Amino acid sequence: MEKTDTNRAGICTPAPGEAGKTGEWRELRPVIDPAKCIPEVKGKPACFLCWLYCPEGVVAMTIPVGIDLEYCKGCGICAEECPPNAIRMVREADIGE
Amino acid sequence: MSDVRIIMGNEAAALAVKLARPGVIAAYPITPQTKLAEILSEYVEAGELKAEYVRVESEHSSLTVCIAASTVGARVFTATSSNGLLYMHEQLHWAAGSRLPVVMCCVNRGVGAPWSIFNDQQDSFSQRDTGWIQIYCRDNQEILDTVLQAYRIAEEVYLPVMVCYDGFVLSHTMMPVDVPDEELVRKFLPPYRPPDPLSPDRPVTINPVFFPSRRENAEGVLCDGYMEMRWKMQNALERSGETIRKASDEWAKLSGRDHGGMLWEYRTADADLLLTGMGSIATEATLAADALRAEGIRAGVVGIRVFRPFPGKEAVRAFAKARAVAVFEKCISYGYEGGVSSDLKAAFYGTGITAPIHDYIAGLGGRDVKTRELVEAGRATVAAVEAGDRENKLIWLNCRTE
Repeated sequence: MEKTDTNRAGICTPAPGEAGKTGEWRELRPVIDPAKCIPEVKGKPACFLCWLYCPEGVVAMTIPVGIDLEYCKGCGICAEECPPNAIRMVREADIGE
Repeated sequence: MSDVRIIMGNEAAALAVKLARPGVIAAYPITPQTKLAEILSEYVEAGELKAEYVRVESEHSSLTVCIAASTVGARVFTATSSNGLLYMHEQLHWAAGSRLPVVMCCVNRGVGAPWSIFNDQQDSFSQRDTGWIQIYCRDNQEILDTVLQAYRIAEEVYLPVMVCYDGFVLSHTMMPVDVPDEELVRKFLPPYRPPDPLSPDRPVTINPVFFPSRRENAEGVLCDGYMEMRWKMQNALERSGETIRKASDEWAKLSGRDHGGMLWEYRTADADLLLTGMGSIATEATLAADALRAEGIRAGVVGIRVFRPFPGKEAVRAFAKARAVAVFEKCISYGYEGGVSSDLKAAFYGTGITAPIHDYIAGLGGRDVKTRELVEAGRATVAAVEAGDRENKLIWLNCRTE
């Protein structure tokens, strides 16, 4: 049976994809330069300010730092906050498949 | 054992709230607030009512507190009046759209400008389209009984209820009121146990941006869009009439007091002239009907108790045999006419009811409405109709209009 929306009021459950694949909204893609990114350069967990500031929770605290492009809206806050300027925002149109 | 007290409308409302045992009361304490909020604070202070009493800096905030507390499952109460209600306007929509069983008393008073602190019903009338159920009380006993019914109704249909009663005419006037005992109230109104309150065990996002279209959620369920949510609210309001009547009937069985579900009738069986209105002016109209009958005019009264949802079908039945209708309203939709008059005409359209309707705008800003003025108005309406004048009219009662 098809599930129907029985909510009286506007309610949604927090889950990845609840608002759709928001990565489709992106105009600019964050691209990380491994030669500048602190965790990569030092080879240990450090900095991760991009993870801390990301309003969408799409940055992974890993080495190398991962960004989930399915949900990254391309706001550019990570690039703004990155101390060594390791993140560049590149126009999606300029990135070939 | 009956416990009859001689009290003002505000105390009748406060006693009912105490009997309903809300968990949270929020109120802005200064003008245009009434004694109602003050009496409740005294109950809480004295330990007679175990509720969280939140004093806020504005009416907008008092309703916001109620919305938040209701969301986590508390029974809530607030009260306001006049411009305070207008200041709540945004949150009135929010409470209804969130489908929360908030109960509020509106002590009906005129709105500025110019400033008035006196009685009319422009304040709650102006909030007609917010999705709240609106019930208008005709005396202090009905205020007490209606507040209790309001919780029953709100918690069954998940819509907020505004219990409206006339400022000063009821709020500050003493009348005998039979105060029910707690046991009786508990039978009628069990503790509020919402099935799905917001809690850390069930994290949800409430009222995010809804897009025009329906949309699949993460689990693949096609979720309703803004328009479906609004239809659900309209549907709930349309169906709430049944719950309102049921609550009224059950309370009548338990307490012996029946205030009528959606509307009430007085000497209507053989009436040629029907007087109608909401609140205390309809009570006044019953005296006018008696006086008109003494003069040989067969008059009766239909009191509109519930304004939203509007009892259109009941009204068609109640007015079916009328030859003339006089509506007395303490509010107006500026640029057109009184709201009850408009709604009655809409209900009558196509039903064969062709009685001319004279819409009397009366008592704005506390101007006294005397029984003899209603009698004169009823007499004038009958005279016009008997002279063959079939026009509907809008008349400002007891007001210099030139």
